[in-house]
Amino acid sequence: MATGTNTMTKDTILKVEHLSMKFGGLMAINDFSFEARRGEITALIGPNGAGKTTVFNCITGFYKPTMGMLTLKRSNNKEFLLERLRDFEINKVAGVSRTFQNIRLFSGLTVLENLLVAQHNVLMKASGFTILGLLGLPAYKNAAKAAIEKAEYWLEKADLTDRADDPAGDLSYGAQRRLEIARAMCTEPELLCLDEPAAGLNPKESLTLNALLRGIRDEGTSLLLIEHDMSVVMEISDHVVVLEYGQKISDGTPDHVKNDPKVIAAYLGVEDDEVEEIEEKLEEGTI
Amino acid sequence: MEYFIQQLANGLTLGSIYGLVAIGYTMVYGIIGMINFAHGDIFMLGGFAALIVFLILTTFFAGIPVALALLLMLVIAMLMTGLWNWTIERIAYRPLRGSFRLAPLITAIGMSIVLSNFIQVTQGPRNKPIPPLVTDVYHIGNITISLKQILIVVITSILLFAFWYIVNKTPLGRAQRATEQDRKMAALLGVDVDRTISITFIMGAALAAVAGTMYLMYYGVASFNDGFIPGVKAFTAAVLGGIGSLPGAVLGGLLIGLIESLWSAYFSIAYKDVATFAILAIVLIFKPTGILGRPEVEKV
Amino acid sequence: MANGYQNVQEDVMAKAVKEGAIAGIIAFLMFLVFVGIETYQDINNQLVWRTRWGLLAVFVIVAAVGRFLTVGFIKPHLDKRKLAKAKTGILEVSEEKSFFHKHFLKIALVFLLCYPFLAMMIFGRQGSLKYVDNFGIQILIYVMLAWGLNIVVGLAGLLDLGYVAFYAVGAYSYALLSAHFGFSFWLLLPMAGILAALWGIILGFPVLRLRGDYLAIVTLAFGEIIRLVLINWTDVTRGTFGISGIAKATFFGIWSFDTGTANNFAKVWGLPASSVYYKMFLFYIILALCMLTAYVTIRLRRMPIGRAWEALREDEIACRSLGINTVATKLTAFATGAMFGGFAGSFFAARQGFVSPESFVFLESAVILAIVVLGGMGSLTGIAIAAVVMVGGTELLREMEFLKHVFGPDFTPELYRMLLFGLAMIIVMLFKPRGFVGTREPTAFLRTRKAVSGSFTKEGHG
Repeated sequence: MATGTNTMTKDTILKVEHLSMKFGGLMAINDFSFEARRGEITALIGPNGAGKTTVFNCITGFYKPTMGMLTLKRSNNKEFLLERLRDFEINKVAGVSRTFQNIRLFSGLTVLENLLVAQHNVLMKASGFTILGLLGLPAYKNAAKAAIEKAEYWLEKADLTDRADDPAGDLSYGAQRRLEIARAMCTEPELLCLDEPAAGLNPKESLTLNALLRGIRDEGTSLLLIEHDMSVVMEISDHVVVLEYGQKISDGTPDHVKNDPKVIAAYLGVEDDEVEEIEEKLEEGTI
Repeated sequence: MEYFIQQLANGLTLGSIYGLVAIGYTMVYGIIGMINFAHGDIFMLGGFAALIVFLILTTFFAGIPVALALLLMLVIAMLMTGLWNWTIERIAYRPLRGSFRLAPLITAIGMSIVLSNFIQVTQGPRNKPIPPLVTDVYHIGNITISLKQILIVVITSILLFAFWYIVNKTPLGRAQRATEQDRKMAALLGVDVDRTISITFIMGAALAAVAGTMYLMYYGVASFNDGFIPGVKAFTAAVLGGIGSLPGAVLGGLLIGLIESLWSAYFSIAYKDVATFAILAIVLIFKPTGILGRPEVEKV
Repeated sequence: MANGYQNVQEDVMAKAVKEGAIAGIIAFLMFLVFVGIETYQDINNQLVWRTRWGLLAVFVIVAAVGRFLTVGFIKPHLDKRKLAKAKTGILEVSEEKSFFHKHFLKIALVFLLCYPFLAMMIFGRQGSLKYVDNFGIQILIYVMLAWGLNIVVGLAGLLDLGYVAFYAVGAYSYALLSAHFGFSFWLLLPMAGILAALWGIILGFPVLRLRGDYLAIVTLAFGEIIRLVLINWTDVTRGTFGISGIAKATFFGIWSFDTGTANNFAKVWGLPASSVYYKMFLFYIILALCMLTAYVTIRLRRMPIGRAWEALREDEIACRSLGINTVATKLTAFATGAMFGGFAGSFFAARQGFVSPESFVFLESAVILAIVVLGGMGSLTGIAIAAVVMVGGTELLREMEFLKHVFGPDFTPELYRMLLFGLAMIIVMLFKPRGFVGTREPTAFLRTRKAVSGSFTKEGHG
């Protein structure tokens, strides 16, 4: 199980081609293409306002892209064009799950209930779309038991077992982030999209989070994450895509991206003509 | 054609009244995001205030010029309902601001019940007829336009302009718009939010009082349950025009007035309200933010 | 120290006097026209007026004294109590529940089962009519309606201001189908529910993608449309005259409650003729219907669909991201709520023997919604309590004959019924914005079942 990425086949899980998104007259994303590979953690980084969350919202069906093709390939080799699916089908059919930048939990439901809601589609089928379940048939009872077991598994993973019966709104910020990830995982996604999972976490919580994310990857779920915290990105991602002003400026391994002058320029806020200067300095080794 | 123009004139008159009431709904909704269900009853209260002032005036000053009487009715009704709405906001809505969102809606519905029943108890359940105030009528070809219709449209237009000016050009209007955008931030920047909201309620009530007075003048009768149907229609107008938008409220009001009069003229009087509500439903289904409303961007 | 305290005390008093005076002035101005002057029609049908200064003075004094007492005594007292509580650090919630508290539901159910017989024992056969019908059945109808609406508003968080439409669909379905086809109550009861649910789906489908208050206003519009159609489609509904002579429910076809029939209940059992048996029978039917509503609600809450409803109330966007078809989920909530409204409607028609559009005005929707919110959204117990307090309370007002001795023979307490109902709505909301029962029972637990405080639950956006 924990043999890591090497045993995984490195085929593409998500292919974004020529994605463009226009809000009114504003071109938020402009002809953006990249690929996320199965079994990897792909990070989407870029300065504030680069359009990262917009890309996310296009992939997860909250926005309909102006142009472009988003292809998701499931492990059974079925392909889905995400931009053609209805919002909820992206999770239900294509197996893409997500978390939100400003955490969206069901705060009045308990932690356990949050995880049970995430298993809605499985349970719905088991309950014969409610009708058989109302009659109290054993099939549903077994499914309900299995659902709780799965919830327990993820509670354990997210270190939330002790808080299972507390309202989600009562958790600390870090715990809420972990719960949101656990909830997304309860839908059994093939691709998990995380929007700034480390935002607002203290260093210790950040480390726990890294371990959790690695664990998720090693169990076979591919990850796509937006992150600001470079230490998290460099630490855990296998592949980094850099976005600036809605366009891709770099794509590669963390090391490659780290040394890409364009990326440094983007993060330091340098004008285009100064990029070469930085390139030179890099070669000299002064940065 | 003449029949059509005649109906158009009737529709515009009615629409002006709805528009005035709709402004009160739209402003309160814009600033605190609450459907002020009692607003229709504030409108009814305004009509009753005008009615009682009219009775007193005709008793003590039998020969009073109509224009002066009307002016006094308007002013006193505006002050009176303004005070009522201010008090209502203070005791029934303000304590619930920022709490559970349905709570103020329920107190508003409660307040609506209280106001109409209060008038029923204190003034009796029967319709209150008054002699016609303004009787002049003009004929243009076969079209009959009464002076009261002209008055209603003119007064509405003047008030609208005054309102537009207040909201767009004065510090008070700026404070209102700021509160509407972001209440906390406005408070941090020194806007007296409570006062701004109070003034919004007073302004909305004053307009409703004008509408109530004109409704009384137009139909010559007041009743304790006059608040509900015109209230719902005015709210419909506000939603139709795009809730939160002042021009939208007026446009919505005029549309509702026109739909009502044209539908009664050409189809059936019985189903005129059905037509109004059906059009509301259709508009909302296809353009949920109303005609002039800002599109709501779903934040994820 | 003591001096300082005294100063504070004096300040409070000075403030109370000032606030009381201001309240008096405001009340004077507010009520001057509406209370101080009474308009009425004289013999010539002319509108005239007279003054009522005495009554105005009462209003002003009540306002002034009330404000004075609030500022001067009640508020400092409450503040002090709050402070004392904060100091001791003990939360209000006591862990130990009394026997009554623990078994409240069982006790209530047993009481309800015995209620008609108790009423008959205490007030005699004819005397109990009022208690079984006006209090028992009337309250239970509202309990059922509010529990039905609770699925839509309390669980799914969809604000429905036109719930009475489904009540009307149920009532008219029964009235018309029984008149035209002679179907029995027991056939029409489920049919009415299904028809209402169907209407829920038809009306719900186009509007459920609307958000928040837009949904509220469209449901209100649909409620009014249905009422207006009932008024104006006179060929079928007989308009405002309504439909009368609706067939009574029978005891599953075995015994009838119509006088003069061979299988009349009283005759068969050799009891003296009285309408009380029918009322008692109806009482048990509506009680059973209420229990059915409660049972289904409780079961559904523990099913995926019920959890999805509550999740929808908490966060619709998150629901979509978890693969939940939000439109279908909303629609099921709408249809389920409508179905119970339809059941209640057909029961109402059977009980009254008469339906007219008068019974299905917006005010009814508002009252039902108020009961749901006052009870505490989502809480069946809270809603039942709210229905008893609000409906029972206003019914009680009809009985207050003794008030006539206090206020004179012209005094009709009934007139004040809705006025007090409205005031009660406002007052309860001001003191308990989350309703009588503000906590939420979780639908599943790992170790311990803990109630969720109302401060975490959301009210939905629609």
